Amino acid sequence: MAITSLPSPDGQELTIVIQGRFDFGAHQEFRDAYERINLSPKRYVVDLKGTTYLDSSALGMLLLLRDHAGGDQAQIRLLNCNPDVRKILAISNFEQLFQIT
Amino acid sequence: MPERLSILIAEDSAADRMLLATIVSRQGHRSLTASNGLEAVALFEQERPQLVLMDALMPVMDGFEAARRIKQMAGEELVPIIFLTSLTEGEALVRCLEAGGDDFLPKPYNRVILEAKINAMDRLRRLQDTVLQQRDLIATHNEHLLNEQRVAKAVFDKVAHSGCLDAANIRYLQSPYALFNGDLLLAAFKPSGGMHVLLGDFTGHGLPAAIGAMPLAEVFYGMTAKGYSLAEILREINAKLKRILPLGVFCCATLLNISFQRRVVEVWNGGLPDGYLLRAAGGARVPLISRHLPLGVLEPAAFNDAYEVYPLELGDRIFLLSDGVLEACNKQGELFGEARLHEVFAANRQPARLFAEIQQALAHFRGEPQDDVSLVEVSLVEEGALSRPPLAFAGSGQGSPLDWSASFEFRGETLRRFNPLPFLLQLLLEVQGLRPQGGALYSVLAELYSNALEHGVLGLDSTLKCDAEGFAEYYRQRSSRLARLGEGYVRFHLSVLPEPGGGRLIVRVEDSGPGFDGRAILEQQLALDSLCGRGLALVRQLSERCTWPADGRGVSVEFCWQAGA
Repeated sequence: MAITSLPSPDGQELTIVIQGRFDFGAHQEFRDAYERINLSPKRYVVDLKGTTYLDSSALGMLLLLRDHAGGDQAQIRLLNCNPDVRKILAISNFEQLFQIT
Repeated sequence: MPERLSILIAEDSAADRMLLATIVSRQGHRSLTASNGLEAVALFEQERPQLVLMDALMPVMDGFEAARRIKQMAGEELVPIIFLTSLTEGEALVRCLEAGGDDFLPKPYNRVILEAKINAMDRLRRLQDTVLQQRDLIATHNEHLLNEQRVAKAVFDKVAHSGCLDAANIRYLQSPYALFNGDLLLAAFKPSGGMHVLLGDFTGHGLPAAIGAMPLAEVFYGMTAKGYSLAEILREINAKLKRILPLGVFCCATLLNISFQRRVVEVWNGGLPDGYLLRAAGGARVPLISRHLPLGVLEPAAFNDAYEVYPLELGDRIFLLSDGVLEACNKQGELFGEARLHEVFAANRQPARLFAEIQQALAHFRGEPQDDVSLVEVSLVEEGALSRPPLAFAGSGQGSPLDWSASFEFRGETLRRFNPLPFLLQLLLEVQGLRPQGGALYSVLAELYSNALEHGVLGLDSTLKCDAEGFAEYYRQRSSRLARLGEGYVRFHLSVLPEPGGGRLIVRVEDSGPGFDGRAILEQQLALDSLCGRGLALVRQLSERCTWPADGRGVSVEFCWQAGA
């Protein structure tokens, strides 16, 4: 599992890329990805292209990001979900909180 | 400067002994000397040195035997033994190692090499020491953890098992430590005789996952016993979990409200995999899909308590499962998934074997059994088939008021948001003589209230409920009309009268609707065993008397009791 974060050139958007399993083991690394940067992006993108699996702890971590990004005002897109990941997000009805594309 | 060691030197040649002792002392260690194996073993037992230099060939007891005994006495602790030997052939050197030696040093002695070997062996010895200490520490921590879990589980079991999971119509499967996987299964009889069932799955594992189970169970049992509705219980659980759990911790759950009398089930699923309504006739599987975010995610104002309602027939079963089933993973990294679950359903012939077949399929898929799976199945049975405990009543137990009357009028705004039944029931159960009939009383009040609200105030037509689609339509109309409700009222007139040897309760319910032809409805209901209301017939059955005025505005029911009953 590896997590990288890439700010856009204008600093308005932060893309967090998650490789491999997204579960409790990723907790600290995921937080670091958005807490340890010296900018306040307006939008966030979580790229799940390389994410093979996602568990309920990962859903919890996404909620933490949402809170960090402004709660109900947060703009967060979840990109490139594979069918397994999409299914888990759908069961939890996370499309009510995140833009899933 | 390394730690000062005690080093045992076993050597039959006095000159060599002297030489070795000098080298060891100059290195800063303390030396103990023995001139044969037996002496060495005795000295080891007495002084417990940390390292041994052992001549292989000695009188009385040779070094091989002495090494074996010393290693045995040392147990788990690493006491390195360096064999001192003029033997050179491979076989003899192998014997040294087989007897428990850790290294050997050929004669004649080279001071530099001996010192280096003592240092190297000391490093190994300390490494082993650290490993043992850490192992013991981990073992102690683990023991503490298990003990804490045992205590937590014992307390939790008292709360969780106060329900009715052992009822004849419930079958379930859960690991004894499911609580620490975050899984939670609760079931309780409602005062009206129906049943609430909750399967929940908290985020995460261990104590953090278990901690939310306690308040959830308390709310579930407390509110169910007082007659609160599914939606009210959901709202309260969501609000409570949102308030007390850290952000990012939540509970995926399905809540069922089964009414045996009305033969319906209400289902709310937030975040659990599809459950299934398994039809007895025709074998259809109706998925019970997650429509909501899990409990504890949304603020109370944003929470959605909309549930789905399905008609049930005798023998219909409702099957719920935790994500442990679908997310079971094999060695190739594939998930068990829904398709495999459906294969198990399709192949199932005996309902009683379903759980075992699911477990077998999981074990076969993974190559080993899976123990973090929670399954529950609830069937619709004749209500009489269930033995239920008497209604628990947490009251003062003091003398009961016996001669009073009270009237309540609940109007538009209140009817939209508030369920007056728990409140009325608590009030009436202050009358001790009524407590044994609490269940029947609640059922009758619930029927009269929903008749007054749905037919009287909202003007819904119960003949809609004659088939499954109409049934869904009826409940859709109910919630949309209720949401738009402005005018209208439901009145309860209660009077409690003393009588010789007991007492009597008279309840009159009126509503703002145009009234109804009770006799015609009753005849129709008695004639049809259909999906539409069994309500009025039920009220007649459960109460002492049931009457209505000729204009059909209002119904009056009576309950009476004998003192000391």
